[in-house]
Amino acid sequence: MNEINIENASRRRFLQGSAGLTLAFALPGIAAAATAGPGKAGDGLVAAVTFEPNAFLRIGVDNSVTVISKHLEMGQGTYTGLATMLAEELDADWAQVRVEGAPADAKRYNNLFWGPAQGTGGSTAMANSWEQMRKAGAAGRAMLVAAAARRWQVPAGEITVNQGVVQHPASQRAATFGELAEAAAQESVPSELKLKNPEDFRLIGKQARRKDSRDKTTGKAKFTQDVQLPGMLVAVVAHPPRFGGKVASVDASRALALAGVVEVVQIPQGVAVLARDTWTAKKGRDALQITWDDSAAFKLGSDEILARYREMAQKPGLTAKKHGDATQAIAGAAKVISASYDFPYLAHAAMEPMNCVVHLTDSGCEVWNGEQLHTGDQYALAGLFGIKPEQVNIHMLYAGGSFGRRACKDSDYVLEAAHIVKAMRSKAPVKLVWLREDDMRAGYYRPLFHHTLQAGLDAQGNIVGWQHRLVGQSIVTGSPFEKMLVKDGIDHVSVEGAANLPYAIANLNVELHTPTDINVPVLWWRSVGSSHTAFSTEAFLDEVAAAAGKDPYELRLSLLKEHPKHAAVLRLAAEKSGWGQALKAGKAGERRGRGIALHESFNSVVAQVAEVTVSKNGAVRVDRVVCAVDCGTAINPDNIRAQVEGGVGFALSAVFYGEITLKDGVVEQGNFDGYPTLRIHEMPKVEVHILPSTAAPTGIGEPGVPPVAPAVANAIAAATGKRLHRLPIRSADLLA
Amino acid sequence: MIQLTINGKLQQVDVAPDTPLLWVLRDTLQLTGTKYGCGQGLCGACTVHLDGVAMRSCSLPVSAAVGKKITTIEAVDAARVGKAVQAAWQKLDVVQCGYCQSGQIMSAVALLTHNRRPSDADIDNAMSGNLCRCATYVRIRAAIHEAAKALV
Repeated sequence: MNEINIENASRRRFLQGSAGLTLAFALPGIAAAATAGPGKAGDGLVAAVTFEPNAFLRIGVDNSVTVISKHLEMGQGTYTGLATMLAEELDADWAQVRVEGAPADAKRYNNLFWGPAQGTGGSTAMANSWEQMRKAGAAGRAMLVAAAARRWQVPAGEITVNQGVVQHPASQRAATFGELAEAAAQESVPSELKLKNPEDFRLIGKQARRKDSRDKTTGKAKFTQDVQLPGMLVAVVAHPPRFGGKVASVDASRALALAGVVEVVQIPQGVAVLARDTWTAKKGRDALQITWDDSAAFKLGSDEILARYREMAQKPGLTAKKHGDATQAIAGAAKVISASYDFPYLAHAAMEPMNCVVHLTDSGCEVWNGEQLHTGDQYALAGLFGIKPEQVNIHMLYAGGSFGRRACKDSDYVLEAAHIVKAMRSKAPVKLVWLREDDMRAGYYRPLFHHTLQAGLDAQGNIVGWQHRLVGQSIVTGSPFEKMLVKDGIDHVSVEGAANLPYAIANLNVELHTPTDINVPVLWWRSVGSSHTAFSTEAFLDEVAAAAGKDPYELRLSLLKEHPKHAAVLRLAAEKSGWGQALKAGKAGERRGRGIALHESFNSVVAQVAEVTVSKNGAVRVDRVVCAVDCGTAINPDNIRAQVEGGVGFALSAVFYGEITLKDGVVEQGNFDGYPTLRIHEMPKVEVHILPSTAAPTGIGEPGVPPVAPAVANAIAAATGKRLHRLPIRSADLLA
Repeated sequence: MIQLTINGKLQQVDVAPDTPLLWVLRDTLQLTGTKYGCGQGLCGACTVHLDGVAMRSCSLPVSAAVGKKITTIEAVDAARVGKAVQAAWQKLDVVQCGYCQSGQIMSAVALLTHNRRPSDADIDNAMSGNLCRCATYVRIRAAIHEAAKALV
């Protein structure tokens, strides 16, 4: 054992109060692990030394401060944000801080918002760690101070800590963290910790640079795709063309005849070809001759699904939210406005297609993955291999994007890799590689949705009733998340953003139909339910405003008297965008417009104003998006801006292009030619304005996405008078 | 055996001549900074330089790279432009997930090598083949301008 773990009564008390904080100070022998750095848990270095991942903080005698991140870094800035919070209270020098991914161990690293489960999602990384990480830093600081006080024989109260240096100014003594690490390990963990007042923050709210920039600009950052292990085989899989399809028969002789192909195995998900390298595995996969059994496969097309949903929307659904009597209010209204909206299946299309490395060993199972749902994947693999969940050791690597896809409720690709390992003769480690087409056709899409809305206006143009009906598959039903998120038949994530509409409307009714016979796998896609509810509610509200003869911004503001936070965000976006002032005219034949939208998701509120130009042939260009954000304390303002900038671009992909379609059950898209995403020349100018706040931090990875599409749609309507009722945009809908 | 010049070094590889350069770099030579994204030259994650020109290595048979100077992200800092681009990327914290960024940087370096003062339109032309699902485009553009300034 090279590492002293602090185990005493005060620590246990502290644990109870802070849900899982542990501390360890590293001695010389552990220096290798301390310098392993972020995302490098997969290169064998860490496994080779005594890696004791029972801590959020490790201080090395080399003066390194290693923050252990329990959350996945998939681009959203968690490694930097979590380290910022801890380093703030530790008073570390930002330059000495490095970040390392935590192992799978829900006892210590659970998401505090998810009960006993470890994982990353729902824009919770900062919010659930806010106290935990600061306390971890404060405890470390207190122990360093205690050690210095003992060494120098001075009162602890006279000691200061600033940017990684512990000082006793009166006697002009100073020591680095590294010089005190060994002694600090002997101190007891304080039972009570005082956290800083926001006015004393030196890192939080400032511009701490990203900790992963260097490795990600030099090619050194390690993703699952980059894992190489001795003897490792690469698996490429032939999947059935339809969801629910099975292998009827397979002739693998041609694949096996290829030099470098080692083995072909049949698994429930299809047929896997194992080879020494990726290209050979792909060639082997392409050489398989498979007859598929589609007798139990899903065979409907998107058009048929949508037609079915439209029919369902004719009838009342289950009540998701109701106050007053919307039906009666609308029946008695002076004016009734109705609209329906269609949203397609969407693929996540992360730049790194799904992949996973699994190695079955004598002691259990080793997994290398851009791991987003540690606990769920541990249980899934343990179940398959007949081992205990804690025997599934997961190395969390950087994820090349996810947008929800790596948080698969059914552990789909992780289990696929494990099935291959189970079916193989050899015990070699296996890297499952999905090619782009495998990734795009594998399902787990943002569900296709159909919404109908109706609003009633009185003679003065006030909204007296609001009726919203949604039809779409449930994401969480049948998953481990069902208990937490489905109540009385309503999947919370199907109606989020619609059932909690912030506007003061006396009579409101939100209903949901959840079809259960559409066997297309669906999943959370960055902003989940809000990816469609923000559009239908905010685009419809603009239609209502137009019918009432009111300014869309003024109407919203008038309905937000009980929601000052929303109102403040909306006001800031309007003010910064120059709402109400004339837009500069476009070139001849171009029509320009400005649109506004507001949406709360993951406890953060975002308002956006989009400026668009529509050409004569219906082509749309988004010129500028002004964003106002209230996400509580801004831990890292630059990262908040980055997340909102990226959220705008991500949402615009869905506005312009995003659409997975099925024909006779077969997914029609396979790569970025059929499923284009936004490119640099289509990216608008983005301005992000953050409301000052000392409240606890809320989400930021997702909340920048939802208002984009309705703001753009409302801008298009302002420019052309044409209302969008389906996404993505078809320029045919916008011809002059 | 196929002989390649990669990052200034002669390398012998025993692969089929139709193997895309990408997989030779990644699987045979463990130069994993160059990424697989689409396999069809649609996303740019696999961008490398062949004699200084940005190429999609996923759809380039290794046989076509024989006799050319291949440069990957691992050695792009050997030249001044590469260093400046990486420094600008770090200064502006361009990256998010980072998976596409090797390719973005290789395209940006190729652009700045031949055009020290790229306009926004030049950047659009040179960079529109490189997808970023995190949509870091605002900062990619700013970082290219930043690097151009540093290179004056």
